[in-house]
Order: sequence, then C-alpha cells, then structure tokens
Amino acid sequence: MFKIVERERVNPVVNKFVIEAPIIAKKREPGQFVIFRLHEKGERIPITIADADPDAGTITVYVQELGKTTFQMGTMQAGDEIADVVGPLGNPTSIEKLSGEMFVIAGGVGAAEVLPIARKHKKIGNKVVAILGFRSKDIVILEDEFRSFADEVYITTDDGSYGREGFVTTELKEHLDKGRNIAEILAVGPAIMMKVVSDLTRHYKIKTMVSLNSIMIDATGMCGVCRVEVGGETRYACVHGPEFDGHKVNFDLLLKRLASFKEEEKISLERYQAAVGGEDG
Amino acid sequence: MADAKIPRQAIPKQTPKDRVKNFNEVALGYTPELAQLEAQRCIQCKKPFCIEGCPVEIDIPAFIKLIKEGDFEGALAKIRETNLLPGVCGRVCPQEEQCEKVCIMARRFEPVAIGRLERFVADWEIQQNKMDLPEIAPPTGHKVAVVGSGPGGLTVAADLAKLGHKVTLFEALHKPGGVLVYGIPEFRLPKAIVARECHILEEIGVDIRTDFVVGRTASVDELFEMEYEAVYLGLGAGLPWFMNIPGENLVGVYSANEYLTRINLMKAYKFPEYDTPIRVGDRVIVVGGGNVAMDSVRSSLRLGAKEAHIIYRRSRKEMPARNEEIENAEAEGVVFNFLVNPVRYIGNEQGRVKQVELLKMELGEPDASGRRRPVPIEGSEYIMDIDTVVVAIGNGANPLVPSSTPGLDTNKWGYIVADTETGKTTKKGVWAGGDIVTGAATVILAMGAGRKAANSIHEYLTTGEW
Repeated sequence: MFKIVERERVNPVVNKFVIEAPIIAKKREPGQFVIFRLHEKGERIPITIADADPDAGTITVYVQELGKTTFQMGTMQAGDEIADVVGPLGNPTSIEKLSGEMFVIAGGVGAAEVLPIARKHKKIGNKVVAILGFRSKDIVILEDEFRSFADEVYITTDDGSYGREGFVTTELKEHLDKGRNIAEILAVGPAIMMKVVSDLTRHYKIKTMVSLNSIMIDATGMCGVCRVEVGGETRYACVHGPEFDGHKVNFDLLLKRLASFKEEEKISLERYQAAVGGEDG
Repeated sequence: MADAKIPRQAIPKQTPKDRVKNFNEVALGYTPELAQLEAQRCIQCKKPFCIEGCPVEIDIPAFIKLIKEGDFEGALAKIRETNLLPGVCGRVCPQEEQCEKVCIMARRFEPVAIGRLERFVADWEIQQNKMDLPEIAPPTGHKVAVVGSGPGGLTVAADLAKLGHKVTLFEALHKPGGVLVYGIPEFRLPKAIVARECHILEEIGVDIRTDFVVGRTASVDELFEMEYEAVYLGLGAGLPWFMNIPGENLVGVYSANEYLTRINLMKAYKFPEYDTPIRVGDRVIVVGGGNVAMDSVRSSLRLGAKEAHIIYRRSRKEMPARNEEIENAEAEGVVFNFLVNPVRYIGNEQGRVKQVELLKMELGEPDASGRRRPVPIEGSEYIMDIDTVVVAIGNGANPLVPSSTPGLDTNKWGYIVADTETGKTTKKGVWAGGDIVTGAATVILAMGAGRKAANSIHEYLTTGEW
C-alpha cells in the first residue's frame, strides 16, 4: 500500500497528490511515469511523475478527473492508501546541452508532466521557453513554478480569459515565424494537441518530441495494448517510449485506440457517480 | 497389485452447456473413491520411467501408493519433497507429454492419471483446512533475489528457501504467480489455488515483493548493491508477437497477453464491478493453435460471444495445444478453421476491426519444427465478418532486464543466453530460465529450469565458486 501524504485540489478538474513511494522517488528521472491501481477492483492507469523528493521518499503527480478512476482518486485524502504504485516506468527523457533554445509546449495537466523536464533543461544550461495552454483561466496550473526558472513563459487560453486567446500553436507559430533558434520542441498534453503541434513544426523541420498517453495495463511490455505506429513501425509506448518523434507518430491511430473503450468508460463513470450520489443523498 | 481391469478414471467435469456460462473450473476433480480406484492402476514399477519423465522428479509411484492406502496427507508430503506447486501442476502440466507418456501402463492400456491424482491430494488438503509445510533448513544467511514470480521463479524460491537461504521474490504485477495469474484462465486454474501455493512460500520465509519491476524499479546491479548474492531471472513472456499484416493495430485486435490479462488478472469479465473493461462482440477469431489460443477462444464464449473461431494455418494434427484442451474447446462449441491464415484486417471509420481477409493453405514439406509447412493456395482469399481478433502466436523477449544489465548476453532473438544444465548466464551471480531463455514453453519446463538453477545457486552460495 502507498500512502497519500498530501492532496490538494489545484483547479476544478485537477488534483495534486504527494505519495509515499521511496524507491520510485529515488530512482525516477524526468519523463517517467507510474502505474496506479487504486484498490482491489481497480484498473491500472499510467500517470506521469511531476516531481519527486528522494529525501522525503515521495513522488508528486497531478491527476485530471476524466473517468471513474481519476474521479475516485479525487475523493482520496491525505492518509488514504493506494493499493499499487509501480515504477518508474518508461524511458527517461533524453536531456542534453542544446545548440539552441528548448521549447516546452504543454496542454492542460501536461504542464505538470513537462515541468521536471523543463527544469532539468534549465539546470544543464539550456534556454527554456514554455508555452502552456489551457481551456480557460480557472484551470491554469503551475504558472508560478514555470516563471520561477524558465526564460520565457507564455500562457494561452482557448476562450481568451487569461493570457493569449487561442491554442498553444497560435503562440508557437509566431515564434517559429520569427525564425528563433529553436533546437528542440517537446509537446505534452492531449493527443490532439500533440498532433497539431507536430503538424505545425513539421513544416519548419524542427525536432519535435511528444509523450504518448496510450492505454496501458502492465506497462512492462507484456500486453501490447499501448502499441503505436511510429514511422510505419509498431512500437510499444511503455517500453520503447513514452516519447517519440512527433513527426513520425500516427496520431489518427493513437486517437482511435485511445477511444477503444469509450462506451465502457462512460458506463463505469455513470455507475460510479450514481453510487456516490446515492451515498450523499 | 495393480488391476488391469480397472479403466483409467475420467475426471468429473461441468457439462459444456453449463460451463460456457461461467468462469468456474471445468474439471471438478476426483473424489477420494475415484482417486483410490485410479491409484490401484499403478503397478509400482521397480524402475519407474514416470519419475524420469517429470522435470522436477516427483517420486510418483510413492505418492500414488500412499493414495491407494488412503494416506492422502502422506501422499501430499511426498510430492512436496520435490514440488511445492501440486495444485498448479496437477492442473496445467502436459502430463501426456511427460510422466504419463512414459507410464508403463500406456503400452497396453491407458496411462495412470498421474496429474489428476496430484491435483486430488492438493485439493484434499484445502478441503481439510490444513496446510502442511515442508521442513526448512536452518538459516544460512545468504540472500537471493528471484525476479519474476511465475512457475520458474516460484520453484527457485521454494527450493532455496527450503535450503535455508533468504529469498526475495520480485514481481512486476500486483499479484504473484506470473502467467499462472495473468495468463491461464480461472476455468482451468482457479486463482485461489495459485494464491494458496504462493502463500505457502511466504509461510516458509520467502518475501514476495509485488509492484517491483526489475530493470526499472531497480536494475540487476542494484540488486547486488542491496546485498543479494545471487539473482535468478524468470522473466517470462515478453513483447507479444503480431503477424505484421495490415490492420493489426485496429481497435478490437488484441494480443492474447492483453486479452487474457484483462480477463484473468484484471477480472474484466466482472466489469463494471471491476473497473477494467473488455469488449468481445458477437464473433471472435483467435489466431493460433496453442494452449494460449485455446484459453482465449474458450474465454470468448464465456464472455458472451455467439461464435468463437480458431484460425490455424496448419491442420488439427499439427496443433501444439494439449489434446484435452482442444477437446474441451470442441465440446464447448468452438469452431475450428484449419489451413487458413489472416492476410489483413479491415476496419470501420472508428478504426474498429470489422472484417478479416483469410487465405487458404495446404500442407507442404516438413519444416525445421518437423511439422508440415503451410503453403498458401493462390487466389483462395475470402472475407469473414468479425468483431474481435485475438492474436495468439507467441511472444518475443522482454528487453527491460537485458538492456539494463551490462554483461548479460542475449541471442539474436533477445533471449538470455544461459547454460542448459545450470541456468548460469554470462554474468557472474546471475541465472536465468524459462521463457526468457527458451522462448514460450510450458509451466513445468520453466519449473524444471528453475530446479536446475536452484541447485546451481545453492552450490555457488555454499562454495563461492562460479
């Protein structure tokens, strides 16, 4: 069992959890994820590690409420225990000294996932530019954290309620057109956002990595549900990824595979919400 | 003495009509009367071939004699001298290829039902609410890490714990048992049996650590830093194989590993009570002819498929599945399509598989495996409407441990190079066995490899000689 030591609702749809997992905290590197299973009847879901404190033996994750498991996790409090936390999984992000600027692009809770990567880039001396996109002002997260170390931070909101109105690509395109010396781009967020970023940067021939959020079960290469097509070849996001060259990823396939169990997910969530509603009444 | 007039006793089973509606065990097991009757058929050979036929060398005539005498407790203790997994082995070992194949009775009659008798005594102990533990040697102070809690890892852990070594069993998933829990279905091997036999290991001092992925959570070298003196790698199946034909990544095309893991480990057949979903639809095809294919196709019927098909490129004679499992599948209404091979899958606009194009085959000359090679019949393609595909054609090697372990050699397929007699790898202090060395095989072969490695590890720990 893995104890939640801190739990904070950072916006109306995202919860931050600090969880006791000493071995993972010591071992993890930026870009890696863990698998959670909340309880005996729970499913296994992958969540990227946002931060870790090896001395305290804790890891930090940001979890957006999307389906039954993440809503249920949102009701857990400090002191509660999670049945299983497995990791760190996936390959760490390759972070090297670059000849130009490092652009990190995040959509929504993806901001939490790029945070440790962006920090490490800064630490080894790269210039870091962050573009963080959100639906609206009320769900903006981690802006202060990025501002505390990044060289430039840009916020976009779909509805224009904060920062620049539009998508991350609106902001990114402007920088690309200025001809800035961008060495590498990393995009993390919803699959559709990673797709549009990759489509945009392809024309500028700038290396663009994306972190794929496939469905996973064991996440050690055994089941193959996370398979994605990269450059026409089948790859397993859990052991070969999660980061791949965005210009080579078949995003249409990824989007379809992510929707594999859409109907079942709806049944599960509705059933859960009915049960929780019943308890409250 | 043995009575040749007694026929081999059939094992009572749920009827096919009933059992396709549930995930409960198909074979119900012998009653004490049936077991004693069957035990009378053993002629107690002076030079028993059955012991040689068993990879873990159970003293088969001795335990059968004890059953005949009604000493079931003694019979189980006799088995446990060499095998701590009788409930598992009695159910899933291919006895017809091993102990029963060489049984002297098989020459003129039918072999003694050794597997069913082994299972009987294991089940009998559960019914008595007993748990007899084997004797343990005094602690030696040596620490051993066993990586992977499948049948091979469980055997190594049991053998070394009995010799007094301190064993930690590392498992990547949340439950111990490896393929016994994620792969083999409840209707063939109840998970309570696996849990009980794993619990016996804990009772004799084995520390089981689930949620620990060696190669990620800690490397093999880090295990040595944690003061383990020897490491056994029983990693099991790796990346599932696909055929590399168009449409294999469509939604609704599962690897057998994924399909069975959803069902067995995650209990998707109880969705939505359990959170993990599975979607089956009306018509399922399972590609392959091994035991995993049989498990997948029979599970499909239990999940409500109206039609469940095996698609196999050779004929029934070449199928690697156990005959018993093929017969069970036939009785349950599985449709067998022989001498056909998928060419491509066709999806709808949501990317969900809807059809398969199949190509007919004929058998040509024998290939390297000794089986006649399937040869395509040109122009024989046809289309079949389907809802789900399960690809059960085997697994490659998992790269996590080899790629994070300097000095550990693999062959061109990625399997770990290990000595067949000792299990020693090219890295000092590291042994390996089972599917990660040989490619996909059986539970008992993994256990046999584990047994040999345990002996070699014990020698290394006590002599210090590599």
